[in-house]
Amino acid sequence: MKISAIVTLKKDVLDPQGKVVNQTLKNMGYKNILNIRQGKYFEIEIHESDKEKCKKIAKEICEKLLSNVIIEDYTINIK
Amino acid sequence: MKISKETISNHGLKESEYKKIILLIGREPNLLELGIFSAMWNEHCSYKSSKKYLKNLPTKNKNVIQGPGENAGVIDVGDEDAIVFKIESHNHPSFIEPYQGAATGVGGIVRDVFTMGARPIATLNSIHFGSHKHSKTKNLLSGVVSGIGGYGNCLGIPTIGGEVKFNSSYNENILVNAMAVGLVKKNKIFYSKAQGINQPVIYVGSKTGKDGIHGASMASAEFDENAEDKKPTVQVGDPFTEKLLLEACLELMKDDSIISIQDMGAAGLTSSSVEMASKGNLGIEIDLDKIPCREKQMSPYEMMLSESQERMLLILKLGKEKKAKAIFDKWGLDFSIIGKTTDTKNLVLNFNKNQVANLPLSSLSKDAPIYDRKWKKNLVSSKVNTPKELRSLKILESLKKILMSPNNCEKSWVWDQYDQTVMGDTIRKPGGDAGVVRIHGKNKGIAVTVDSSTHYCLANPIIGGKQVVCEAWRNLISVGAKPMAVTNCLNFGNPEKDKIMGQFVETIDGISQACSYLDFPVVSGNVSFYNETNNKSISPTPTIGGVGLIKDLENLVSQNFKETNNCIMVIGKTTGHLYQSELFREILNFKEGQPPSINLFNEKNNGLGVFNLASKKLLNSIHDISSGGLILALSEMCISGKIGAKIKIPTTNIGKIEYLFGEDQSRYLIEIKDKNIKEVSKILDKSSIYYEIIGKTQKKYLDLENEFKIDIDELAKINSDWFKNYFRN
Amino acid sequence: MKSSVIVFPGSNCDRDVAVALKKYQINNQMVWHNEVKLPKSDLVVLPGGFSYGDYLRTGCIASKTRIIDDVIAHAKRGGLILGICNGFQILIETGLLPGTLLRNKKLKFISKNVHLKVTNTNNNFCSNYKKKNIIQLPIAHNEGNYFASNKIIKSLEDTESIAFKYCGEKGEISEIFNPNGSSNNIAGILNSEKNILGMMPHPERVIDPLLSGTDGSILFESLFKS
Repeated sequence: MKISAIVTLKKDVLDPQGKVVNQTLKNMGYKNILNIRQGKYFEIEIHESDKEKCKKIAKEICEKLLSNVIIEDYTINIK
Repeated sequence: MKISKETISNHGLKESEYKKIILLIGREPNLLELGIFSAMWNEHCSYKSSKKYLKNLPTKNKNVIQGPGENAGVIDVGDEDAIVFKIESHNHPSFIEPYQGAATGVGGIVRDVFTMGARPIATLNSIHFGSHKHSKTKNLLSGVVSGIGGYGNCLGIPTIGGEVKFNSSYNENILVNAMAVGLVKKNKIFYSKAQGINQPVIYVGSKTGKDGIHGASMASAEFDENAEDKKPTVQVGDPFTEKLLLEACLELMKDDSIISIQDMGAAGLTSSSVEMASKGNLGIEIDLDKIPCREKQMSPYEMMLSESQERMLLILKLGKEKKAKAIFDKWGLDFSIIGKTTDTKNLVLNFNKNQVANLPLSSLSKDAPIYDRKWKKNLVSSKVNTPKELRSLKILESLKKILMSPNNCEKSWVWDQYDQTVMGDTIRKPGGDAGVVRIHGKNKGIAVTVDSSTHYCLANPIIGGKQVVCEAWRNLISVGAKPMAVTNCLNFGNPEKDKIMGQFVETIDGISQACSYLDFPVVSGNVSFYNETNNKSISPTPTIGGVGLIKDLENLVSQNFKETNNCIMVIGKTTGHLYQSELFREILNFKEGQPPSINLFNEKNNGLGVFNLASKKLLNSIHDISSGGLILALSEMCISGKIGAKIKIPTTNIGKIEYLFGEDQSRYLIEIKDKNIKEVSKILDKSSIYYEIIGKTQKKYLDLENEFKIDIDELAKINSDWFKNYFRN
Repeated sequence: MKSSVIVFPGSNCDRDVAVALKKYQINNQMVWHNEVKLPKSDLVVLPGGFSYGDYLRTGCIASKTRIIDDVIAHAKRGGLILGICNGFQILIETGLLPGTLLRNKKLKFISKNVHLKVTNTNNNFCSNYKKKNIIQLPIAHNEGNYFASNKIIKSLEDTESIAFKYCGEKGEISEIFNPNGSSNNIAGILNSEKNILGMMPHPERVIDPLLSGTDGSILFESLFKS
């Protein structure tokens, strides 16, 4: 089964990259972009057909490795 | 809103301290004011447990322009040049989030240097981890080194030295001490003391977010958002913004627009505004509506306690605001006039047209508590037996074991992650006794070293304190530099425990004695207390950053053997002290006994003798003898020079093992051309310096008569494999 | 000879390269990224550093700045361009040089001296390396792993557009001497007209016998001569 995980910085954490990308877009003429925050996208293929089991595994790997739980959040979607 | 006992305690304040606050301001504080007191009265800002003893450190001599009390220390190095430097800790955040903790540690210390008008020219770091076998160590090591590199490299400042140590006492409390060195013209130094009334107070740099606001805020009833919003956030560093801030500040500093400047470090806007105004004996009024914020609807509490990075506070001369703003606009940084200096001697904060805080600055600074903590003298262990396995130790085997141990192995895995040569002035990279950078455009160099003491200090804090200063002094002399001054980072456990406070008091005593005797004053530094978890404290760990001057780079020396057939001489008497040595600890796991004693007279006499020889260009290489003893120092000279040595131990009444592995202090190994032996001996004799010739350099092999003969390449390989293997498994 | 060194927010090695240019008697000006036009120049240098913090992709944001249009026009006129480290990354992002620079194979920043073989000395940057074509220069980067399609790599080899390759002490080109995993040990490349050079190592840091030698000087001497 395929699962996608999106890892993003927690709401209050500084995102230096997003800040600079936003400013660059403004300089390129995109004046109506209010905010950009940069994250990571993972596509995870698991050898398991049970949806709930897959979600559990994905959650575990997100917490143990893919996201830095101190400063990041994650969301999981079954594809 | 009534402040509860719980709120007071969540703010890290004792009941007695709260009572003192009421006495000082004549009423109960509101929550914002309580937050401000908690920031200014905490150990990090107030030095309440350490101030009494820090006063005893020698901080002056004819070269000191600025001692402790400013953002960094400053020394005169001649030609109208001055060097600005400081070391600071970022221990607790690095344990929680190693990359960002270490990164923001670098950011903070670099700001302390350029805030005084100095362009940073070098950084160093001293990092300590738990046992390499401990489950957390690998990730912490990897994260911290990445973080230091990630931040420092982006700033474009070379890392020229450092140390990495492993010891189980740091298992749950790692240490990250970061040092920065900057160059400035003597007449262009900027200070943080506010001057003049009604001068504009300006905020520059990154916007303010909720970074680092502590759990204390959660207890308050002022906030009613959901739990997610209240979670304390880790500080994230943005080295790109810091680079912009550095360039913008240095550009503005080209003229005299700035009256005073201070970076916003620990306790952010609170500490910077309070310190600037109190130093100038003035008041300060801030309009919090003018603070550039990253998040919507931040409260005054959040704004004042935020530890968002990369921000500075300036006081400008009236009329210079427009010009200054243009510079910060060019560099893409926020610039906001947030207030003014006053003559009230109070900190006044306004928000939404209301006055939300009004506190006498003296209550936050000079009237902050100073404690005379109870302390206990360290118990000097009674006579300890020699471990019986000592006599069955094999010399070569022991040498190999030490060379391949994590504390003594070659550390290029670490420093190859740091840019060592950006700015084009690095003369000596990490790996030698001290790093050296050239003063840009001149034939002068600045040597810098960072050294710390762990087990020596635990066994005897006074000796440990003396020894670590002497080691820094020796390391500078070993590159041909005249030792000038010191910055110190004092890492200890909980000072409310009399044993720990005793370690602190005695370590300072040792440091003071050595610094006074060697004319090596302390010009800056910081204290990090409470490095303990579950009642287990770290070993007392003073870290010394030493700075020296090489007036003429022709006199630069290094530790690698230069030629075959040269004479190898030991400076200083060897008595074979093995307690607390690498041999005992690493090979025999024997941790008892006293560290080697320090004879300050010999230390100074021997050091000045070696320096004198170096300045007469009589020495081909120098290396100081420290951890691991003579044989380790010798091996390091062979490995780095790719040249061997043929050694015969001079007739002595101590055993061979004692001679080779003893860690007696005040000693150096030097390489001299045969033709210079006579003159060197004459000079040493004149100063009554003890020396003995132990052999000659030769090709390829380290050959110890009647003991072993080993190919230098093999020694080099043993010495360089540890990190590779550690991260492979 | 006249040169312009472009300074971006976050550039670090601009002063270093300006010192080198001055030392080898090339008249230099520093040009802020926000300028529209370059001053009259024979050579444009994009220096090393962390322009825009290396955010998003290294060199990407710098490649979108105002001055870049005129840098591209300068290239089209046959003017010389030297991109060092981050400068090389910026040239790649502008499309003036082909391929891409990925994260180092071992995923760590590497700062060390490496041996290089100068594999094309028939250009304005490397002509003086004819007398010494195995040199040592420092690298200091996180994204130096040059990668391109097989077609592009073959074309670079066939048109002798590779200027530097990582090698051993004696000039041996082998994977064991490749510090970052770059294809074919590529450390620096030229465009087909040979007026643009992008290189990861830092020649501007090796212009002083006291510090580290003079293997970098040779490049600046070649430029001055040209």
